[in-house]
Amino acid sequence: MNPANYVVLSAVLFSLGAIGVLVRRNAIIVFMSVELMLNAANLAFVAFARMNGNLDGQVAAFFVMVVAAAEVVVGLAIIVTIFRSRRSASIDEPNLLKY
Amino acid sequence: MIELMPAEGVFSLIWVLIALPLLGAGILLLGGRRTNSWGPYLGVFTVVGSAVLAVLMLLAMMGQPAEERSVGQTLFTWVFAGSFQADMAFQLDQLSMVFVLLITIVGSLIHIYSIGYMSHDVDKRKFFGYLNLFVAAMLLLVLANNYFLLYVGWEGVGLASYLLIGFWQIKPTAAAAAKKAFIINRVGDVGLSLAIMVMFVTFGSVSFQDVFGQSGEASEGTLTAIGLLLLLAACGKSAQFPLQAWLLDAMEGPTPVSALIHAATMVTAGVYLIVRSNAVFDRAVWAAAAVVLVGLITIFMGAIIGSAKDDIKKSLAGSTMSQIGYMIFAAGLGPIGYVFAIFHLLTHGVFKAGLFLGAGSVMHGMKDNVNMRRYGALRGLMVITFVTFLAGYLAIMGIPPFAGFWSKDEIIHAAFERSWVIGAAAILGAGITGFYMTRMVAMTFFGKARWEDDVHPHESPAVMTVPLVILALGSTFLGMALLFWGNIESWLEPVVGFASGPTTLSSITLMAITLVVVLVGAFIGWRQYGANPVPIEAPRGNWLTRAARRDLYGDLVNEVVIVRPSFALARWLAWFDSAWIDGIVNGSAAFVGGAAGRIRRTQSGFARSYALSMLGGAVLIVAALVLVRLS
Amino acid sequence: MTPWLTILAVVPLLGSVIVVLLPKSRPVLAKQLALAISLVTLVLTVLMALQFNGASSDPFQFVESYPWIPAFGISYSVGVDGIGLVLIALAATLVPIVVIAGWRDVDATSGGSVKGYFALILALESMMIWVFAATDVFMFYVFFEVMLIPVYFMIGRYGGPQRSYAAVKFLLYSLLGGLFMLAAMIGLYVVSAQMTGQGTFDYLTLVGLEMDPTTERILFLGFFLAFAIKAPLWPFHTWLPDAASAAKPGTAVLLIGVLDKVGTFGMIRYCLPIFPAASEFYAPVVIGMALVGIFYGAYVALNQNDMKRLFAYSSMSHFGFIALGIFVFTTVAQSGSMVYMVAHGLSTAALFLTAGFLMQRANGSSLIFDFGGVNKAAPVLAGFFMFAALSSLALPGLVSFVGEFMVLLGTFQRYLFVGGVATLGIVITAAYVLRLYQKTMTGPLAVKLVGMPDLGAREVIALMPVVVLTLVLGLFPAPILNVINPAVDRVMTTIAAKDPGPTVSSEGSGR
Repeated sequence: MNPANYVVLSAVLFSLGAIGVLVRRNAIIVFMSVELMLNAANLAFVAFARMNGNLDGQVAAFFVMVVAAAEVVVGLAIIVTIFRSRRSASIDEPNLLKY
Repeated sequence: MIELMPAEGVFSLIWVLIALPLLGAGILLLGGRRTNSWGPYLGVFTVVGSAVLAVLMLLAMMGQPAEERSVGQTLFTWVFAGSFQADMAFQLDQLSMVFVLLITIVGSLIHIYSIGYMSHDVDKRKFFGYLNLFVAAMLLLVLANNYFLLYVGWEGVGLASYLLIGFWQIKPTAAAAAKKAFIINRVGDVGLSLAIMVMFVTFGSVSFQDVFGQSGEASEGTLTAIGLLLLLAACGKSAQFPLQAWLLDAMEGPTPVSALIHAATMVTAGVYLIVRSNAVFDRAVWAAAAVVLVGLITIFMGAIIGSAKDDIKKSLAGSTMSQIGYMIFAAGLGPIGYVFAIFHLLTHGVFKAGLFLGAGSVMHGMKDNVNMRRYGALRGLMVITFVTFLAGYLAIMGIPPFAGFWSKDEIIHAAFERSWVIGAAAILGAGITGFYMTRMVAMTFFGKARWEDDVHPHESPAVMTVPLVILALGSTFLGMALLFWGNIESWLEPVVGFASGPTTLSSITLMAITLVVVLVGAFIGWRQYGANPVPIEAPRGNWLTRAARRDLYGDLVNEVVIVRPSFALARWLAWFDSAWIDGIVNGSAAFVGGAAGRIRRTQSGFARSYALSMLGGAVLIVAALVLVRLS
Repeated sequence: MTPWLTILAVVPLLGSVIVVLLPKSRPVLAKQLALAISLVTLVLTVLMALQFNGASSDPFQFVESYPWIPAFGISYSVGVDGIGLVLIALAATLVPIVVIAGWRDVDATSGGSVKGYFALILALESMMIWVFAATDVFMFYVFFEVMLIPVYFMIGRYGGPQRSYAAVKFLLYSLLGGLFMLAAMIGLYVVSAQMTGQGTFDYLTLVGLEMDPTTERILFLGFFLAFAIKAPLWPFHTWLPDAASAAKPGTAVLLIGVLDKVGTFGMIRYCLPIFPAASEFYAPVVIGMALVGIFYGAYVALNQNDMKRLFAYSSMSHFGFIALGIFVFTTVAQSGSMVYMVAHGLSTAALFLTAGFLMQRANGSSLIFDFGGVNKAAPVLAGFFMFAALSSLALPGLVSFVGEFMVLLGTFQRYLFVGGVATLGIVITAAYVLRLYQKTMTGPLAVKLVGMPDLGAREVIALMPVVVLTLVLGLFPAPILNVINPAVDRVMTTIAAKDPGPTVSSEGSGR
């Protein structure tokens, strides 16, 4: 199997995730799209690690997973709090952090 | 070139001449109200002390041979940097000596007179403090041995004059007059400053010794420049055309001030400056010609103004201008005139001080009214004042044997040695003098009483009349004394040089012509103001009278040419400063603030638009990387 | 060897800290302590000045040097020449005067803590001493900038109604200048690294560098801009009127009287010796700016109705004279500029303090039209005001005259026309100064001022030293000239400038 295909798949997944972040309003979905992008990156890391024959990429993938997990904890907590106070999970509503 | 002798004996006290009145001024001005009771006497004491010292110095000087009469005293080096050096050093020679005597003796008399004149003033200690300050500054002016130190005295007398003109500064007119005097004098000071600079650049020194010693090596153009600049300075201080406008307003000051500063001494400082710088003017023909011209113009301006004023002091002020015009005129004639400029200065200092103090005595009895149209018939009530005034009157007109005759006659004589045109002009000026002085005497002492209702004229106290009598004696005899006994020509000759040349007319003829012209002027004055009644309201008069009442439009010219444009420029610049210079500064701040306000709008708070811009940025970077890789 | 300069700078700094630490309930103690410390500093300054050797051939005396950041050739180095010494003495003299004069300027009701104000004054004194003493360019820069902070607070917390606007404007303006200087300074370091192999900020090493003309000109501009803003020269002056009118009189005295002198000091200490060729290249421009400033400031002052703004513009005019004297490159003019700096410090103090006392008696108004006839009600105050006015218009016999005339003389020596034109400035100066006196002090007493008290003992004590110094130094300026002249000669040698000689040879006259 050509490792390049994995990279292509990773790019496709990343694009899907990016589009998801941009077009979806629901915060949960956006969050999942972000996860998709992170995992696309992971896939690329692993694929390149395989191609280069060393473990650097694998290690990086683990770091990304740990960071993603930590981020999910904080992020979901925020989303839940916002949902509680506003009864909505749309990310366009809480635009308080503006000029 | 005269070598200065070291200051020994009584001459080692030259600095005391200045220090004494300066000390008096310091005590009186710092002492406050508590010195009010004895302050005037201290003021008199210091000046009399200086006068006594001056007389002792005169005696010592007369004991020396003529070429050893110049004494120098150096206290310390005052300002020094690079090649520039100015000493705190004095020079007492024959020229300074006569000035020191004039200043201290006339000054003493006027101080004594002021005890009476100012007896009711609450701030009299201040008055005497200022007067002492003036005497100190004036002595410094005539004793300095370099132009830089002279400048200190020059401005010092200006300051004292400013303070004294504005002595009754609660009156806005007095305050304005004082300011005007100072500012116009400053214009003259620019001339003196620049003259000193040219001297330094040319000779590398500003001391009299060096400048005069090397004046032969400088080009005539340079000397002419120095001469014209010195003339500008003299015009300011001596109220000569075109800087004459301040002197008439200066009469706002107390009368003793007018007598001492604005008649006898300070205003003659310009004459001193020109005569002192004779080495420069001797070689700067055009500058000397300008001096003659300025003197002539002022002789007539002053005389015409003096003929039209109803205010006795202003009329005398016009006369002072005119008489100083004579001195300046004589000084411009060169070696044939220097001596007589100083001679006339001395006699004028005495008789004009007498006239002013006489006027002050009249005002004292007339409740400070200065309008001569409200005087009249005072000769019986103020006998001493009248008689002493008469002595001054005869002296200023140049009636023999009174003091003014000898000095003015010599000037006219010298003028004829140069050219009959300027000589004739000088005679004509003497004729107008006869007119306005007769007018003044007639309006004040003769005719019918035109007093205001509550005025009860009376003679002044002895403290005022005694100085009047002394000055009257001076007005009568000083001319003869200086000429025949004092030999003023040979006395001053070592310092200022003296020459006489042939004239087209003999002295006797000239004397006779002058006398006739003066008497004609006096007769016209008498016919108009003595023989006929004087109206209380001034008649409208012809155009010349009206112009003269307005000081020949001197103020108007200053106002239109200088004051108004200056203030307009000041207003415009203030506007320019806030609108443009500060505008650009604040504008740039406003621009940054405004731009920030615009850019901040892009922070919309929508997470997805941020995400989009992130993506866009990432795409751009990737694209750039790819492009670089491809190329 | 005693580290005089460090002690001198540390004493007020420590004092400032102690004053801050005092309890808030003891404002009088804070004032007394501040006064005592400033007097101690003055005494130390006098003791140091007495040991200064005017004839010494060393460029700096009381030198101390310790490495600070050796990696960049930065050291803590201090030392003074005559110029620095005179300015330090000026600062040390004015601070106690300002403390005495400002005794009642700040109280709890006017906002801001009392001890804070006096602590800031002491801190500022310390900074000023370091600025004038620094012989390391980096150190100079640091204190040049740090100095702004106390002033910022002195204006911004204790000033008048426009205080925050004025304080920010002052700070931004000065920081802008400082930025250019920082850039130029780094450039200078790089140049020194290229030329000598070892980058340094040491003043004396930098003076000896021979730079590429283009680089030199650019670096000169960086330094000059900072100093021109600080001084301030036309057209970088607009912060001054705002700052002066918003500041307390005491603050204004220190700001204009001493702090602004850092600008002109910098020109003669840094611009000229480090960048001689560039200074010569830009001299016509600077002379033009100075000349415009002299007349511009004087004319605008003629049209001011606010006393403090009037003084600010008049100072700008005087700074024009000072800069003119520095950039005509004659010994007389440069010495004159130095004397003028001292004289201007004294006359500014006299003007602002008397005006301050006057304003206190009129509910803080500084508008000329609110006054009139003060001479009648308060003759002592009017007398001091007159003296201050005369000192400002450079009356002969006062020290300002010595400075001004030397500047004009030296200018005339090199540029006939410039000197001649600049001399005309003395007329306008007289006009606006006397106009001010006439409008405020003479005539009938203004209704608002009826019953105003004359100066009290404290106020007279504050003003007296200024008056005495102005008079004594005017008649006997030798103490200043003796220390300044060697320093100026050294500057002249460094920039290889020669005085034009007299046009008539003067052998045999002994001068």
